[in-house]
Amino acid sequence: MTSVQTSRADIGALATAVRRRAVGRAWRSAGWKVASLALLFGAWEIAGRSGFNFAFPTFFETMAALAEMLADGSMGAAYLRTAEPLVIGLVFSLVVGVAAGVSMGLRHDVEWFTLPVFIVMQAAPMAALIPLVTFVYGIGLTSKVLAVVILAMPVIAINSYKAVRNVPPSLRAMCRSFMGTRRQEIAKVVLPAASPMMFAGIRLGVAEGFSGVVLAELLITPTGIGDLITYHRSVAHFAHMYAAIFSIVLFAVLAVTILQWVETALFRPEKRSAA
Amino acid sequence: MTMALDDKAGDRSSDAPDGAGGAAPIVEVRGVAKHYDALVALDGIDLDFEAGRLTSLLGPSGCGKTTLLKIVAGLLEPTAGEVRVKGRPVSGPGPERAFVFQDFALLPWASVLRNAAFGLEVRGMPKAEREAIARRYVAEVGLSGFEEKYPHELSGGMRQRVGLARALAVDADVLLMDEPFSAVDEQTRRQFQEDLIRLREVENKTFLFVTHSIEEAVYLSDRIVLLSPRPGRVSRVIDLDIPRTGDPEAIRRDPVYLDMVDEIWRGLKHYVE
Repeated sequence: MTSVQTSRADIGALATAVRRRAVGRAWRSAGWKVASLALLFGAWEIAGRSGFNFAFPTFFETMAALAEMLADGSMGAAYLRTAEPLVIGLVFSLVVGVAAGVSMGLRHDVEWFTLPVFIVMQAAPMAALIPLVTFVYGIGLTSKVLAVVILAMPVIAINSYKAVRNVPPSLRAMCRSFMGTRRQEIAKVVLPAASPMMFAGIRLGVAEGFSGVVLAELLITPTGIGDLITYHRSVAHFAHMYAAIFSIVLFAVLAVTILQWVETALFRPEKRSAA
Repeated sequence: MTMALDDKAGDRSSDAPDGAGGAAPIVEVRGVAKHYDALVALDGIDLDFEAGRLTSLLGPSGCGKTTLLKIVAGLLEPTAGEVRVKGRPVSGPGPERAFVFQDFALLPWASVLRNAAFGLEVRGMPKAEREAIARRYVAEVGLSGFEEKYPHELSGGMRQRVGLARALAVDADVLLMDEPFSAVDEQTRRQFQEDLIRLREVENKTFLFVTHSIEEAVYLSDRIVLLSPRPGRVSRVIDLDIPRTGDPEAIRRDPVYLDMVDEIWRGLKHYVE
């Protein structure tokens, strides 16, 4: 009797300990992230203070410039301009890239016809084509959207294709053996099974899209965030220039993180419970 | 305990010596061959599988036993010949057959309950209804309390139990099992074999069971079909009549069981190497 009670108390204590350890783990992992960033920004601050380059501001100068640009609205306005080609280009790349990738994965005839195009697009230094794009489509929105698309789409399409190819054949056979239709096989088995790798490609594609839009704004015509960078460099406001670069990196990281969250929420409930 | 051995002979399926009721064949395999380009995986297979019995397809690797099972399942097309299930020629998967996969083939993103109900889900059964049925079979395979878990939270043996519950839930007449216990450890495997014997007492199904384990085949089967490799052919059909109502452990000590295992091994030995 006593032993039963003791063991029950033990189990209670154990459960509390396990909970505490889980909370501890979460804090520790957040702690490591903060430490990593602190190390990076610390190194930046020291490098800035060492004065090795007159054009390299310290971390705190950059943050002050960032706050100033946020306050005076110049950064908000720049992002509104940049967002236009970026969003149009990414939505187009996503829709066409995923559709092309999935159909290449599902059908050999589409694969033969389409895959070489994407392999060439992925292998070639597409940024070098931006002047050509400008030559054909001018300096307007079309060229900038195209710059985003040519950088973002190949990696999205090729990853979607490989993701579909890598779906375990036994899962597809399972669906067929229970008389699932082709449509059910794709919707209930192939797409969820392919989603982790597909989303890895989408995250890479979104990151590439950010490169594309910045390249376009630096190479074609300075607008939006590219304009902020170019302008502040030309007037030697280096802290402001770095703040603009910092902000676009931050924005890209945020977008990619949100995508990861969307993926887990939509397709992979088991990862939520595992986390 | 009687045991009838007949060498590869035309009359092997005509009468069951154990008097299992002279059951009509539910699955008929007629002249089935499967070629992969020059490779002949199966050649001239003629077999009958009687309703309510458990038949093992046993043989060394490369003898085409899984290929034959997949042809019966309608997952593979035979190059020649045909399979009839309940008198109707097979042209693809059907509701009277359910498959249990060697690698379990569970959806990693679906709970135990959804996995078990998947066969009913693709048939368009409403959610509440199919989950009630799946719940019953999840309990029957001994997984009550694990309904909301995900496959990665289960052991290999438990995952295969989900695969079995999924096959049972669609209420097929024929269960096609492709080396279902080969990916689990030995203890779990033995437990599984005993559970399968008990399951057969409550579920009146026909089982086609692919295995490479002689012990497993003798332990579980009413009939063993021995296949030989290159090209895959039926080399021998053995009818067994081991009573399986008593202690499941007793079978493993039965001299008839042990002799049978030994005899089959001597027959298969020359295929090794």
